[in-house]
Amino acid sequence: MKNRLKVLRAERDWTQAQLAEALQVSRQTVNAIEKGKFDPSLPLAFRAARLFNMPIEQIFNDDEVISVDDSERG
Amino acid sequence: MASDQHKSYESRVATTTLTLAAWTGTWVATCAVLAFGPKFLWAENTAITLAAVALNVLVGVAMVIANKKHIASLDEMHKRITLEAMGITLGVGLIVSVPYSLMDAYDLIAFDAEIAHLVAIMGITYLASTIWRVWSFR
Repeated sequence: MKNRLKVLRAERDWTQAQLAEALQVSRQTVNAIEKGKFDPSLPLAFRAARLFNMPIEQIFNDDEVISVDDSERG
Repeated sequence: MASDQHKSYESRVATTTLTLAAWTGTWVATCAVLAFGPKFLWAENTAITLAAVALNVLVGVAMVIANKKHIASLDEMHKRITLEAMGITLGVGLIVSVPYSLMDAYDLIAFDAEIAHLVAIMGITYLASTIWRVWSFR
């Protein structure tokens, strides 16, 4: 999953440690999320969305394209 | 509990880590007392030995509770690292201990299979697994 956490953080001139404190996680976790090595849970993604005051999908987006089979649409 | 929520993540984890370290140290001390006390301290008095066993188990329970609280205080990535390290440790402990014990039973090894060997294997496995997963998330 890709995300804009690093860009959004840089725009606000925050350090990883400051963002980590605001999200109540460790700095290592913020670093891993920014690098795309760890995908956050939904509650943590919502906390980030509230913190940056924007919808989740503007911060996080899935790499995978989900194709919906017409036969499954009912 | 309410004041805990206002603490920063780092200070909460520091508190639970110190508590866990204190209980682990105390448990190790009670293990040492139980191992050497009957022979060197109280001349194998049964009542005192049973009291030492009870103390060891009680402190062990406190250590487990402290560990549970420590894990609960971790963030989701560190919980995952801990869970994976514990899973690997459990698996390695099982697949090593069963054949190791059987090798001793059939005299395929020249020494006795001691429980301390299993504890050492589990400790090393847990440490190595944790370092590997922390490194992989960097």
